[in-house]
Amino acid sequence: MITPSQTVGPYFTLGLLDSNELVPGGLRITGRVLDGGGEPVPDAIVEIWQADEEGRYRPDFGWGRSGCDDDGRYRFATCKPGAVEGQAPHLTMMVFARGLLKPVLTRMYFPDEEEANARDPVLSALDDASTLVARSVEDGLEFDVRLQGERETVFFAV
Amino acid sequence: MSKAAATLELVRDGDGPHPPYLYPDYRSTELRAPKRPQLLLPHTLSELTGPIYGHDSVAELDHDLTRQHEGEPLGERIIVTGRVTDSAGRPVRSGLIEIWQANGAGRYRHDVDRHPAPIDPNFTGAGRCLTDDDGNYRFVTVKPGAYPWRNHPNAWRPAHIHLSLFGRAFTNRLVTQMYFPGDPLFEFDPIFQSVRDPKARERLICDFDLETTVPEWALAYRFDIVLGGPAETPLEP
Repeated sequence: MITPSQTVGPYFTLGLLDSNELVPGGLRITGRVLDGGGEPVPDAIVEIWQADEEGRYRPDFGWGRSGCDDDGRYRFATCKPGAVEGQAPHLTMMVFARGLLKPVLTRMYFPDEEEANARDPVLSALDDASTLVARSVEDGLEFDVRLQGERETVFFAV
Repeated sequence: MSKAAATLELVRDGDGPHPPYLYPDYRSTELRAPKRPQLLLPHTLSELTGPIYGHDSVAELDHDLTRQHEGEPLGERIIVTGRVTDSAGRPVRSGLIEIWQANGAGRYRHDVDRHPAPIDPNFTGAGRCLTDDDGNYRFVTVKPGAYPWRNHPNAWRPAHIHLSLFGRAFTNRLVTQMYFPGDPLFEFDPIFQSVRDPKARERLICDFDLETTVPEWALAYRFDIVLGGPAETPLEP
């Protein structure tokens, strides 16, 4: 039997150190983690896993971790991954927080990939995939994670 | 491929050994628990791959929380060992384990912790290590104390160590808490009780391990961990 999950609690910054510059000076991906009341979740931690620019998953590249500030905002500097296995370019994202007894798993897709997104096997299986596509902002991309509520992010199981 | 995945299976929250997202006795879940059913992802390379840590990513003494400062921390010195396997029973090799915990008095070295118990200048409460080729790990630390929290009147957390683990794939990630045998606080703790299956709950409690005990130096506890998620090995891309 597998070992059950428990919450990271409020003190995880002691043991889980940030590692959010995958590509120093690279593509800026940021966003806020929000609760069901629309309030920021400052004690959340966001992890990403992605392919490199050529669409290769490499053991030595592609993982990142960012805590959130008082505004619930995480930050990464990375590159846009290439397409993998006929899927549109995407990041896998996991969020842990106090009050989450197990993490949530989602995917972030890119707004400049309309055609590939329309063909993507995961996105095209959803009634509403809009919560999974990042927004272009002046200095990069913005991707909010809404844990609960009207615009709740689509979360996945594996 | 897109046709095969055109309908993704829905997964109901609370099925399986993990706790549900919404567990009202743990008040912080109320506004943070997702309410919609989840979709089962196909297992593509995105789900089957993950970072691999080299031995240079962990320093020699990172696994020993009693040797990070000038003096030794106060409290009961303990050795925690165990084996990490995947759901198919295979060892997880070179898996990164990160731990954090309160000191022997039940106080975290963290700004948010206001419990009026002493901070130990010789204890940070964080460590890391990699599993060996057979999935084994080992930490040396002090037994953490129980501490109060504000979930409900007179709420106390049973003594526990937080563990974060990586498996072969990113989707094998696990963050959990290890508890100690026979703790009288178990029945009052909504975080422990959020795991509804009593057998699954038992998996969160370590075993006293006389064999690993070092005479006249430290007691030992054993905590084996089985990671969920995909257990298959990805094909070469």
